[in-house]
Amino acid sequence: MNVVVCVKQIPDPAVPGALAADHTLDRTVKLILDESDSYGVEMALQLVDAAGDGEVTLVSMVPNGEVSGLRTALAMGAAKAILVSDDALAGSDALSTAKVLARCVERAGDIDLVLTATEATDGYTGTVPAQIGELLGWPSLTFAKHIEINDGKVTIRRQTEAGYDVVEASLPAVVSVTAGVVEPRYPSFKGIMAAKNKPVDAVTAADLGFDASQVGWAGARQEIVNVEQAPARQSGEKFEDDGTGADKIVAFLEQLKVV
Amino acid sequence: MVDKIWVFAESADGKATSATLELLTKARELASTVQVCYPGPDVEAVAASAGEYGATTLFAIDPGDGLPGQVAAAAIAQLAADHQPDAMLFAQSYDGRDAIARLSVKLDRPVLTNGMSLSDDNGLVFGTAIFGGVTLVDVKLTGGAPALIAIRPKSFAAESAGGDAAAIEPVAAVDAGRAAEAKVLERHVEEQQGPKLEEASVVVSGGRGIGAAENYAPLVEALARELKGAWGASRAIVDAGWVPYALQVGQTGKTVKPKVYVALGISGATQHLVGMKNSDNIIAVNKDSEAPIFSVADLGIVGDVHKVVPALIEAIKAKR
Repeated sequence: MNVVVCVKQIPDPAVPGALAADHTLDRTVKLILDESDSYGVEMALQLVDAAGDGEVTLVSMVPNGEVSGLRTALAMGAAKAILVSDDALAGSDALSTAKVLARCVERAGDIDLVLTATEATDGYTGTVPAQIGELLGWPSLTFAKHIEINDGKVTIRRQTEAGYDVVEASLPAVVSVTAGVVEPRYPSFKGIMAAKNKPVDAVTAADLGFDASQVGWAGARQEIVNVEQAPARQSGEKFEDDGTGADKIVAFLEQLKVV
Repeated sequence: MVDKIWVFAESADGKATSATLELLTKARELASTVQVCYPGPDVEAVAASAGEYGATTLFAIDPGDGLPGQVAAAAIAQLAADHQPDAMLFAQSYDGRDAIARLSVKLDRPVLTNGMSLSDDNGLVFGTAIFGGVTLVDVKLTGGAPALIAIRPKSFAAESAGGDAAAIEPVAAVDAGRAAEAKVLERHVEEQQGPKLEEASVVVSGGRGIGAAENYAPLVEALARELKGAWGASRAIVDAGWVPYALQVGQTGKTVKPKVYVALGISGATQHLVGMKNSDNIIAVNKDSEAPIFSVADLGIVGDVHKVVPALIEAIKAKR
């Protein structure tokens, strides 16, 4: 079984983000593997392992040629990667991103399953998985917290407001996974060394058949009309608990007439 | 004024969801005609509330046992070609995201998601917040109609317009291709006792700081019961399997806006703050004085939840 995992390299979410002059997210900083993608990578490795054949191919898109996040996922055990790197991709919206990633899945060839996170940690649009499914003409099973593959079918537990639904589709299919699906491994030293020599197929938007006007900010077809700081929440009071913490909370609740 | 806005309706327990009613309220403020696309059961009940909140027509789509958002997208794309809506509004929900994503490809339109405001200034202006809510961004779509927009629940108030039931127009099945192959085999409802998270006036949530799964009931749930509130959780302890997903508050969980929100042992990752920072009053108890949750808390106690919460429960009982 051959699996593609879409992975995103993003500015470190622990560092406060910044906007570039055109109001798109500043991606000229060091990029790392989005932690939410590590679950898809781990799931893919386990599914390929269980199938007994096939391999995991990573697909990633960045404006600046960054590979360090990809190396992290290769070190976990993925076999190879397709990296779409092109200035023309800067500012791409969810639909353009999905178009590029879907083309990469076709480039990888003979793929049974595409795994993604439910949403990236930086943009959190949350539509790319189903957009890839629609572009490929495949079913998309979103918000999976459990996956099984049997007899050419994928069965997931899909999160719902009330609990979960069991949803099934035949392969090939796109599945987006939540952070609860599996516990990702840490790359071993051997894995990190091996990752340095794993093939990364570097392509441009044009290599995939896109014109610069179709992708990137030009393709996003939107105009940012205002950017401002949100009104700061009135900062409250903070106390070290010296044994009176509970009383302070009770007093506050009494003031609000909750007790 | 916008001419025509469509709302993608969803239901739960035989009724239109509150997120659907919020979208309808905003849609009728902005547009002269509001219509609804609805892939699901209990069509008459949903048409009644859709009408009450301002819709004139409900296009009823039968999703069968398929995933509603995926199956409906094909039918909605065809309807949109016939009826030319200016915009379509979706809740930022599971099925809402499936539908808006599939439609964006079918119609070749960009999507705006995680919306928190919507207004009309010679065209629809969509507002959202980034960087965990510290920066507000307003955006106009320039790609032509229909604009595809997903809005976070609780962004708008739901107000009845007192209208009659929306006229039901059944929509003939449209071939959704392989998207229709995804079938829902079973539905599992994880029973929740007490008030609903989205509706409770007091919400008590627990995070990693409670230490272990077995501490959830005596700390978080017990305090919530004492305050006649609902109990929730951060993503960390849902992912760890301590409590069911239905309790998750945050970006990928529920958005709550109670009178009082009590965060116990929650550090306050962006993903959690987005789901609760608009609560009227926020109380936080956490060991780490640097935890981001304190930046939004009206009352912060830097301390051990295992000491503070039992004392708090006793003190509240003593007040009776």
